[in-house]
Amino acid sequence: MMKRDECFRILARHIGDAAVVATYSSAVDWVTVAPRVLNYTSIGAMGLDSSHGLGLALGRPDKRVVVLQGDGSLLMNLGSLVTIGEVAPKNLVHLVAHNETYEANGGHPIPNPKVDFAGLARAAGYAAVYDFADLGVFAQQVAHLLEQEGPVFATLRVEPSRPLTYDYESLYDPAKRKAFKTAWRA
Amino acid sequence: MQAAPAKALNGASIIAALKTSGIEYVLSVPDIVTSAGLLTPIARDQELKLIRVCKEDECIGIAAGLAYSAKRALILIQHTGFLDSINAVRGIAAEYAQPICMMIGLLQHDPEFAPRASNRYGVRIVEPILDAMGIAHHLIDVDADVAKIRPAIDTAYREQHPVAFLVGRSPS
Repeated sequence: MMKRDECFRILARHIGDAAVVATYSSAVDWVTVAPRVLNYTSIGAMGLDSSHGLGLALGRPDKRVVVLQGDGSLLMNLGSLVTIGEVAPKNLVHLVAHNETYEANGGHPIPNPKVDFAGLARAAGYAAVYDFADLGVFAQQVAHLLEQEGPVFATLRVEPSRPLTYDYESLYDPAKRKAFKTAWRA
Repeated sequence: MQAAPAKALNGASIIAALKTSGIEYVLSVPDIVTSAGLLTPIARDQELKLIRVCKEDECIGIAAGLAYSAKRALILIQHTGFLDSINAVRGIAAEYAQPICMMIGLLQHDPEFAPRASNRYGVRIVEPILDAMGIAHHLIDVDADVAKIRPAIDTAYREQHPVAFLVGRSPS
């Protein structure tokens, strides 16, 4: 079992100029590790992270898009796996932090905590699918994962984290949305 | 005395208006009102890119991502799917002020009545909900209404706000 913030520290070393779509606990950890203008954290409705990511990937096929989604979020939008599998954007990397809980909403368990997200993504038609539970293996493969032809999916099996502070004013700051748009269109 | 001409709505005119509005992507879950007259020809169209999604709220996120990328999209759904997507519309389209353009088929609506006067509860509440959310909306009922589409889409993208087109009559 890994820690989400440790995974993200490793990911941040390789992220380059990719857009990173993240929400809730994943967003809190990501913006702490990698505060950058190309972070997209205004999702508006739980579960739609993967759909925003698909739109960004279609809109800028010349750039990379990385979605950092929680397991509870993906469960709210499981159909997006099928949509992404069908559309098959080559520049989309979809990482799901599987900590088996709705961490931002009190730490309650998700339905069927042992659900096989990687298996679902494979069945939905993702081009490449991974399932990481070991930080060393993730560190070894993350660069390849970010570079290969997508859509790429990976489950990150992580522990529930320490209590987080959710600064939604900052995550949903309109000025950050505006800055993202300018940078993304450049 | 001549009979009044039959009211009609031409799907090809709507598709032409979408193209002149700069719409590049159509995001859709099938809707029986617009199925034959819009979705089927759009699926065959060489210029428009159709993305078939599993559930209507996906469209809201995808359209936002496209808008950030300077790409225009139309969401083509049924009013039941719009109702199911209210939270996404609230968060992304309304609160984040994104140019989310929706074309909404009014299922089982009798086009001889205004939507607010529909005998279908689900149809009757659509316009009041849009009003409560502060979302501009236009009824696309007859061919003359097609002229509303381009200016409304241009305004939505220029002023960064959502817009809804309500289709109560099946386009031919």
